[in-house]
Amino acid sequence: MNKNLSMPAFLTPVIKLFRGENPLAQLALMGRTLGLPLIGIAVFLVIWSLVAEQIHTSLGKFPGPVQVATQADSLYQEYERTQLKETAFYARQKERNAERMAKDPGYKPVIIPYTGQPTFFSQIGTSLFTVLSGFIIASLIAIPIGIAIGLSAGLYAAINPLIQLFRPVSPLAWLPLVTIVVSAAYVSNDPMFSKSYLVSMITVLLCCLWPTIINTAVGVAAVSQDLKNVSRVLRLGWWTHVRRIVLPSALPMMFTGLRLSLSIAWMVLIAAEMLAQNPGLGKFIWDQFQNGSSDSLSRIMVAVVVIGLIGFMLDRIMLLLQRWISWDKSAVLR
Amino acid sequence: MSAAHLELSQVSIDFPTSQGMFRALNKIDLKINRGEFVSLIGHSGCGKSTVLNIVAGLYQATEGGVLLENREVTEPGPERAVVFQNHSLLPWLTAYENVELAVHQVFKGKKSKAEMKDWIEHNMKLVHMDHAMHKRPDQISGGMKQRVGIARALAMQPLVMLMDEPFGALDALTRAHLQDSLMEIHADLKNTVIMITHDVDEAVLLSDRIVMMTNGPSATIGEILPVDLPRPRDRLALADDARYNHYRHEVLKFLYEKQRKPD
Repeated sequence: MNKNLSMPAFLTPVIKLFRGENPLAQLALMGRTLGLPLIGIAVFLVIWSLVAEQIHTSLGKFPGPVQVATQADSLYQEYERTQLKETAFYARQKERNAERMAKDPGYKPVIIPYTGQPTFFSQIGTSLFTVLSGFIIASLIAIPIGIAIGLSAGLYAAINPLIQLFRPVSPLAWLPLVTIVVSAAYVSNDPMFSKSYLVSMITVLLCCLWPTIINTAVGVAAVSQDLKNVSRVLRLGWWTHVRRIVLPSALPMMFTGLRLSLSIAWMVLIAAEMLAQNPGLGKFIWDQFQNGSSDSLSRIMVAVVVIGLIGFMLDRIMLLLQRWISWDKSAVLR
Repeated sequence: MSAAHLELSQVSIDFPTSQGMFRALNKIDLKINRGEFVSLIGHSGCGKSTVLNIVAGLYQATEGGVLLENREVTEPGPERAVVFQNHSLLPWLTAYENVELAVHQVFKGKKSKAEMKDWIEHNMKLVHMDHAMHKRPDQISGGMKQRVGIARALAMQPLVMLMDEPFGALDALTRAHLQDSLMEIHADLKNTVIMITHDVDEAVLLSDRIVMMTNGPSATIGEILPVDLPRPRDRLALADDARYNHYRHEVLKFLYEKQRKPD
C-alpha cells in the first residue's frame, strides 16, 4: 500500500527536505501545501475580528478569535478541575469504605458514582457516542435495504416512493414524534439508556438512513452486465453473487452514501440534542444560550469550531476506512 | 436422436422495440461436432453475438432451440463457458482468484483443495500466465487479461467454449500470440469451440468451419465454408499457401460482394 495515502500532503515535502532532496523545490511545495492554507486561515481570522468588533449584542460585543481562544482554555481548565474533584471524590469513598470494612468485616462496600456538572469534554464524548451509535444502527439497516432494492427492480419501484417521501423530512419534524413514542415505549425501572439519549439517537438514525440506502442501491444496480453474465455462467449462488460480485463493485458508491449519512447525522445531532436535552454539544450550546452570561457567545463559538473539527475528522475517518476496505488502492478519494 | 454434439435448430429471436417486435435472427440451423472449431463471421450488427448468447443461455430463443448432447439449453452454465470480449475479470480479484472462483464453483465437492490448486495452476500454465497469476487485472496488459479469461473458461472443463470476439480489443501482435496459444490449446485439449470474429485471417487460420452470416434484420446463416487445412497450422507458411488464400478470398467475397453493407 502506498504510504503517502495515510500521510497528509503537506508532510511529504517536509520529509523530503529532511532527506535533502532538491531543497528549493521542496520549499516551494511546502509553500503551496502548507503556506496557502495558513494564509487563508490568517485572512479569515483578521476578517472575523474586524467584523466581530462591529457587532454589538445584548451580551456585549460579538467575540473575536482571542476571546474564543480564551474561553477554549477556560473550558479546558474547568475540565481539569472537575477531573481532580472526581478523583478526590472516589479516593474519599475508597478510604471511607476501607475504614468501615476494618470495623465491620461483613460490610459490602458501595461505590456512589460522581455526579458533577458535565464538562465540555464529557459533552463531546456524549455527542460522539450518540452520533456513532445512531449512524452505525442506521447503516446496519440501510445497507441491506440498499442491496435488496438495488438487486430487484420491483422492490425498488415499491420502496422508492417511500424513500423519496421521508428523505427530505427535517429532524425537527421527527423529534416530537420520537420523543413521545420513546416516552411511551421505553418504560423501565432501571433504564440502561436515558430517554434523552434514545430520542437524539433515533432522530439521527431516521435522518441518516437515506443517503446510504439510495447510494447503495445505485451502486448495486450499476454492477456491469458483463460481470453479471460471468456470475450467471458460473451459476453463482445468491449469496456468493452478492459477496463476490455485487458488494465489491458497489463499495465506492456505498461509501459515498455512508459519508453523506455521517455528515447529516452530525448536523442533525446538534439540533436533536438541543431539543431533547441529551447532555452533548447541542445541550451545551442551548445551555449557554439560556445562560446569557458575558462568556456565552465565546463559548458557543468554541462549540461551533469544535463541531466543525469533529465533523471534518469523522469524514476523514470514513475516508481512511474506505481506503482500508477498498480493493482499488489507486483510486482517487476525496 | 441426433448425432451432433451441439445442435441449433430453427433458432429465431425477436426483440421488442417501440415499433413492435424486431426479428434479429431467423431460423438458424447449425450442427457442430465434438472437438470442432467453428467461427461465426459477419458484419457488425448481424447478430453473431446474439447467436453466441443464445447458446450460452444468456438469451432465450423466441422459436427453436439449442441442444447440447441432446439436452436442451435453458439457462447459462459452466459446461458452456464463455470468454467475453472485454475479458470480464473481476477487478478486485487476482488472476488466480478469478480462476479459483470458477474452479471452486464447478468442482466443489469433486476436487480437494490441493487438487483445485493444481488444476488452477495447470490452466494458468496452459495460457502462459503462471508467472503473473497473483496480479490483479489492472496490473497486467490487455492480452494477459484475455489469457486469464481463457484460463477461467478452460478451467471449467466445458463441453463447449464460447468466445465472443476474444481478441477484438487487442493489437495485431498480441492477437497473433494469443491465436497461436489458442491453436496449441485446441490441439492439446480438443475442445469444441465457437468463436465470433470479424477478422478474416483469424477465422481461416483457426477454424475447421467458418459460418458466414447474412446482414440483419432476420439474419441467418448465408454460407458455411469448411476449412480443410492440415493442423498444426503455421501462419508464416500459410501466408503463401494457395488454399489458404482461396479460403480467405471466399470469405472476403461473401462479406464484401454478397453481403455488402449498404451505406
